[in-house]
Amino acid sequence: MSAMPEHLGHRTCAAFLLAALSVVASGASGSEIPAAEKRSDYEFMSPDTRAIQDDDGTNPGMFSVLDGEGLWNKKDGVLSVSCDDCHSGASMRGIAARYPAYDVDYKRPVDLQERINICRKRRQNATPLPPESRELLALAAFVAHQSRGMLIELAIDERLKPFFDAGRELFEGRQGQLNISCAQCHDDNWGRRLAGNVIPQAQPTGYPAYRLEWQEIGSLQRRLRNCLTGMRAEPYPDDAIEYVELELYMAWRANGLRIETPAVRP
Amino acid sequence: MARALINVPRKARRGEIIEIKTLLSHPMETGYRRDNMGNLISRDIISRFVCVYNGTEVFQADLFPAVAANPFLSFFTVATESGTFEFRWTDDHGNTQTAQANIEVA
Repeated sequence: MSAMPEHLGHRTCAAFLLAALSVVASGASGSEIPAAEKRSDYEFMSPDTRAIQDDDGTNPGMFSVLDGEGLWNKKDGVLSVSCDDCHSGASMRGIAARYPAYDVDYKRPVDLQERINICRKRRQNATPLPPESRELLALAAFVAHQSRGMLIELAIDERLKPFFDAGRELFEGRQGQLNISCAQCHDDNWGRRLAGNVIPQAQPTGYPAYRLEWQEIGSLQRRLRNCLTGMRAEPYPDDAIEYVELELYMAWRANGLRIETPAVRP
Repeated sequence: MARALINVPRKARRGEIIEIKTLLSHPMETGYRRDNMGNLISRDIISRFVCVYNGTEVFQADLFPAVAANPFLSFFTVATESGTFEFRWTDDHGNTQTAQANIEVA
């Protein structure tokens, strides 16, 4: 309103800023979400977007799952073996519900995509698929899809503990030019609005997920890069351990929720 | 590796109004976007969709650059007789993809 006296405009502005700051300050501790209040990000979506995910005939993420099934059965690498030669697709049921998992050789947790590339290297003697490539996402979507409907059950053992703690620190620590943490939005203010959008709990239940904004399927790491950019923080380098640490913490945080892959997200 | 997901009821009563859903895997590149080097990404869209029911065209649509990737189209028709639905998507260059689905009308 241009008719508003200038002094009043300033005061309103200051009051708004104070209110905004107090919201941020009140939740600086990053309190965790109690199990009974955990909700998939699906619950925060519009009925239209939910409808796209609910029907496999309208869910464009299914293209990736179907492509992944084809790749699963395709012989590849110097050894010319397919994934299916060692283990059936159905035997992957439950795997995504406990990933990222510890890899003994790498001495650190690896996520599903990396696990697929490790398998390509060890068992097929094939070149690793580039991160975020159509093929890698398709294989990950196919594997994760086998666990659809299962509860996420990630146990943190001694070997995972340091990475888990680092992940929690990343999630709860302030960063970027806006100097905010993941937890301030997704632990403390979920269900409220950020501009026009409802803030979800950031539960990684459906990755790789088809995001309407991307118009294609993408990984959780890609989603994390989006959030980091939104916080005006510099995304970590592509193969940074920080992503896996965050994925590990977030997967544990989602314990008790169901796998939805391929999810549709706005 | 383009694919189509088709949803046609397998069985229907004669005269019943049925819903048909189609989803095509396609990037629908608008021709307005630029890549990292600033070069225009050339346009690649499905511009026409046709559904033929036992030789009779029952639905057609023109698609434009504003349509999202993986275009989803749903429409209704009357189940008149057992037979085949044929779906045709045509892109800017005249390349056509087809899919079929059968229906049993009692």
